[in-house]
Amino acid sequence: MINKKVNNVQEALKGVKNGMTFMLGGFGLCGIPENAISELVKRDIRDVICISNNAGVDDFGLGLLLQNKQIKKMISSYVGENDEFERQMLSGELEVELTPQGTLAEKCRAAQAGFPAFYTPAGYGTEVAEGKETREFDGKMYVLEDAFKADFAFVKAWKGDAAGNLIFKGTSRNFNPNMCGAATITVAEVEEMVEVGELDPNNVHIPGIFVQRIFQGEKYEKRIEQRTVRQRN
Amino acid sequence: MALDKIGIAKRIAQEVQDGFYVNLGIGIPTLVANYVRNDIEVEFQSENGVLGMGPFPFEGEEDADVINAGKQTITTMPGASFFDSSMSFAMIRGKHVDLTILGAMEVSENGNIANWKIPGKMVKGMGGAMDLVASAENIIVAMMHTNKRGESKILKQCSLPLTGVGCVTKVVTNLAVLEVKNNAFNLLERAPGVSIEEIQNATEGTLIIDGEIPEMILS
Repeated sequence: MINKKVNNVQEALKGVKNGMTFMLGGFGLCGIPENAISELVKRDIRDVICISNNAGVDDFGLGLLLQNKQIKKMISSYVGENDEFERQMLSGELEVELTPQGTLAEKCRAAQAGFPAFYTPAGYGTEVAEGKETREFDGKMYVLEDAFKADFAFVKAWKGDAAGNLIFKGTSRNFNPNMCGAATITVAEVEEMVEVGELDPNNVHIPGIFVQRIFQGEKYEKRIEQRTVRQRN
Repeated sequence: MALDKIGIAKRIAQEVQDGFYVNLGIGIPTLVANYVRNDIEVEFQSENGVLGMGPFPFEGEEDADVINAGKQTITTMPGASFFDSSMSFAMIRGKHVDLTILGAMEVSENGNIANWKIPGKMVKGMGGAMDLVASAENIIVAMMHTNKRGESKILKQCSLPLTGVGCVTKVVTNLAVLEVKNNAFNLLERAPGVSIEEIQNATEGTLIIDGEIPEMILS
């Protein structure tokens, strides 16, 4: 067993520098690497490019880095529900590259899987395709999209072990598995670190080979963005 | 009388067939799930990574790890599955989803749709909409026929940045059911009590009226 376990978030983020490109898992506030984000805020790492489907909300998730003006550029698919984001974007303080959600996921997966680029129909005929190579296959038009390049991927899983194996829960899985192994260093934080051998190999979602560092996360808030319920009767 | 949002959702629910996998967008499309006949089997996909989505949870049973693409807490039905974003869009791009229902700011007679950006005013992003409209073969748009100023949103050409080209197959508005075919909107049905003239006045794009146009039947 190759041991990927580190003691805490400080050790896990060793080597993180200003100006780097980060991938961060999560959909809205679901499945975000809360510990890594707090540590990036604490260290005041600046001028970073963040690849993440969303930008958090004003006072949580990546919104914390935005409030602190640590982000130079965001690459996302949807950035609603964040006033500070909208303000920085419209004023030109923040550079934003909006990417279709499926393309965003596949740009991560392509990096993980060793593909330099891929063709997708998403965005053909729209401003997303401007300046990009297009090609026809079987009478339909496709856009060539490049794989992402990133220095660190910060992901959050439900359970993990020292070998770096990960299991995700519910829809907090989202982009997290696609980002594992898609950056130079993948840092996984887990809600529950289990003993090696405890995870059934049949149920592992991400094999440890895609993870360089893993640590037990702390104090997960797991905030709900839209609490919707139905009445009992 | 023109339909309200629930009326639009009820009419679109009639388009959902037995055995369909369906992706519902945010807003009116989300309501469609409430009005699908209960004697057919349908599975709802949410692009954040769930197939077999169920209703909202009972109070106290919300799970922060189980949400839909609108970030709302949800439940799952027996037989449901969770998956990552790449696989979710493999379902969509690979045409495994049978029906996509989404909202729009504008649609045009050649099947173009705009729903993600108003330059200089509002930029929320396209989310999964561009992937959905680029791949799905059966796309129904749920929208109001006109904007708050009474101007048509059923156009010859979209004025806003596009989400997709030549992709919309059907539009259900508060006034009518329209089929997009041969660079025109073919009027299929009128909302109860809405005249053909009202629909013509609210439609900027080419409107084809062929024969008697029935009223929608809503239960």
